[in-house]
Amino acid sequence: MAGKTLYDKLWDAHLVKERDDGSALIYIDRHIIHEVTTPQAFEGLRIAGRKPWRVDSILATPDHNVPTTSNERASGVEGIEDPVSKIQVQTLDNNCDEFGIVEFKINDARQGIVHVIGPETGACLPGMTVVCGDSHTATNGALGALAHGIGTSEVEHVMATQCLVAKKMKNLLIKVDGQLGEGVTPKDVVLAIIAEIGTAGGTGFAMEFGGQVFRDMSIEGRMTVCNMAIEAGARAGMVAVDQTTIDYVKGRTYAPTDDQWDAAVANWRELVSDDDATFDKVVEIDGSSIKPQVSWGTSPEMVLPVDALVPDPAKEADPVKKSGIERALNYMGLAAGQKITDISVDRVFIGSCTNSRIEDVRAAAEVAKGRQVAGSVIEAMVVPGSGQVKAQAEAEGLDKILTEAGFQWREPGCSMCLAMNADKLGNGEHCASTSNRNFEGRQGYGGRTHLVSPAMAAAAAIAGHFVDVRDL
Amino acid sequence: MKSFTQVTGIAAPMDRANVDTDMIIPKNFLKSIKRTGFGKNLFDELRYLDEGLPDQDCSGRPLNEDFPLNFPRYQGAKVLLSRENFGCGSSREHAPWALDDYGFRAVIAPSFADIFFNNSFKNGLLPIILDAEIVEQLFQEMYAREGYELSIDLATQSVSTPSGESFSFEVDEFRKHCLLNGLDDIGLTLQEADAIRSYEAQRKQQAPWLFGAIQPE
Ligand code: SF4
Repeated sequence: MAGKTLYDKLWDAHLVKERDDGSALIYIDRHIIHEVTTPQAFEGLRIAGRKPWRVDSILATPDHNVPTTSNERASGVEGIEDPVSKIQVQTLDNNCDEFGIVEFKINDARQGIVHVIGPETGACLPGMTVVCGDSHTATNGALGALAHGIGTSEVEHVMATQCLVAKKMKNLLIKVDGQLGEGVTPKDVVLAIIAEIGTAGGTGFAMEFGGQVFRDMSIEGRMTVCNMAIEAGARAGMVAVDQTTIDYVKGRTYAPTDDQWDAAVANWRELVSDDDATFDKVVEIDGSSIKPQVSWGTSPEMVLPVDALVPDPAKEADPVKKSGIERALNYMGLAAGQKITDISVDRVFIGSCTNSRIEDVRAAAEVAKGRQVAGSVIEAMVVPGSGQVKAQAEAEGLDKILTEAGFQWREPGCSMCLAMNADKLGNGEHCASTSNRNFEGRQGYGGRTHLVSPAMAAAAAIAGHFVDVRDL
Repeated sequence: MKSFTQVTGIAAPMDRANVDTDMIIPKNFLKSIKRTGFGKNLFDELRYLDEGLPDQDCSGRPLNEDFPLNFPRYQGAKVLLSRENFGCGSSREHAPWALDDYGFRAVIAPSFADIFFNNSFKNGLLPIILDAEIVEQLFQEMYAREGYELSIDLATQSVSTPSGESFSFEVDEFRKHCLLNGLDDIGLTLQEADAIRSYEAQRKQQAPWLFGAIQPE
């Protein structure tokens, strides 16, 4: 019998029932919820007179709508100035209270972005199935979990039944071997992968990241990579469990202890693809060839090494792609053939579930230390992913380094990643952003997003335009 | 759940690849706690020339006259034609809600993003995958003829053009069954409650650390 992939193992362990038509019921261990994609699900439960199947599987926190200035945060939900945002956060609180769901409320020290708090509290563990009404749930795959985003109907379905109706996906292995060069970070790796396979490259697949580069990577780095699996079309991304994973999980609030810890570790050690497992597709990339990346267009596949030139649509033969490039250049206000390093930045955003963990803040602070944000930059903000990240960064004095360099140090939340709160780009402004999506209008109406790593974002803030962080 | 059996209606173009969910329904409108009312903000940033706000009356807003959905010939469209990777991006179910609320009953494209595809079925919006060449043919026929209508029959899994040409599409059996009958899939899953409970009991034995860790303080 052929070996199993990590995904096969996770799938098999959670299979409640296979139906004749090829669909299956998959048991869900952990359900993380936030304010944007749940109100209609709770409403559905109420209308049907249903209750959550297992309240202890659910953890809630508001993140998308919460303000990030300490002023506006000071008086909790009541202090949220946008009345529509306020209602949404309030609704989550009410629903959690009504159904007895544990919630890290707006000013709880543990509040943060859903995908940051799951792993850091140990609520998400290796071997779990994790869902959240948010496409970046794949972040948790860094722990060797099967994690993916679901829609609101599925949020309701999982709350009511503890199961998801799913169809098994195909197996895709992204293998990156070799050694990363200096200044090349997990964000650059994942952007390079998306540039290679395209935003639909992973559609229908569960994506495993394997090879030396991921074995050498920290769990936080693996989270950055798995986070963007969805930008490559895959609903789930994951990395096999190794000692790094186990060391990361140990001692976290909701992680097992004592005898249960030993049993869990023994179980987790199995969470690797067998040597003789077969993948439906394998993509190999040479890690040593990856350079710091910058996205130039309006799709995460429109990304290039920092030393490249903006593409010329005249050189593209495929008419759909050609018009895509033309539209993107037009929206982004860029000229074909322009140097990436000649693009100046108006704002800088360091944060989001892709890059708001402590290692990201450290990377930004390292670049910022002893330097100054360029006068031409309107605003450069660092938004930690959670209250814990914020506290840790402050304990290390990183907030001081950043504020002395001219960065703003904010309260945790999604912030300018999607600009549902007050943190937005102005019309036509260019932003060096550590988030995951550069879609039109994503960070504000008419805003122009360039996806980069935290180090590259900090470097752009200091130079006032994109620069190779290695040249700084 | 809303059912889908057959639909005949005007086809309208969204002639680009990678139509993302932020484009379909921008984040401003995700603050609603309802499932309805998103239609007026479908493709908001493309459809209007100004920035849209939640709960706003859109009747007086300046329209982008170059955007096809604003052309008189596509008014009342029920079928949306698009290109590769439609619905990429976030898991927001507001995207199918907005398409549905606007009046679309089906989207035809060569490929869809997984989560959007899934979410559509839950809302009686049928995503149909046809070969890129067929989609191209439909685009050309639609552009050539005002009032171009497509007929979609889920039972026979076919899309028919005004000339009587017909193309078949694949659909998952379970999804087809649910959609044809407008079944509530939570109700269906709950019929398996015993299987879920027995899985759970066995799992609790094997991996007790997965249960009970999160408790109210
Ligand atoms: S940080 Fe951005 S991508 Fe992540 S959950 Fe929040 S809005 Fe979504």
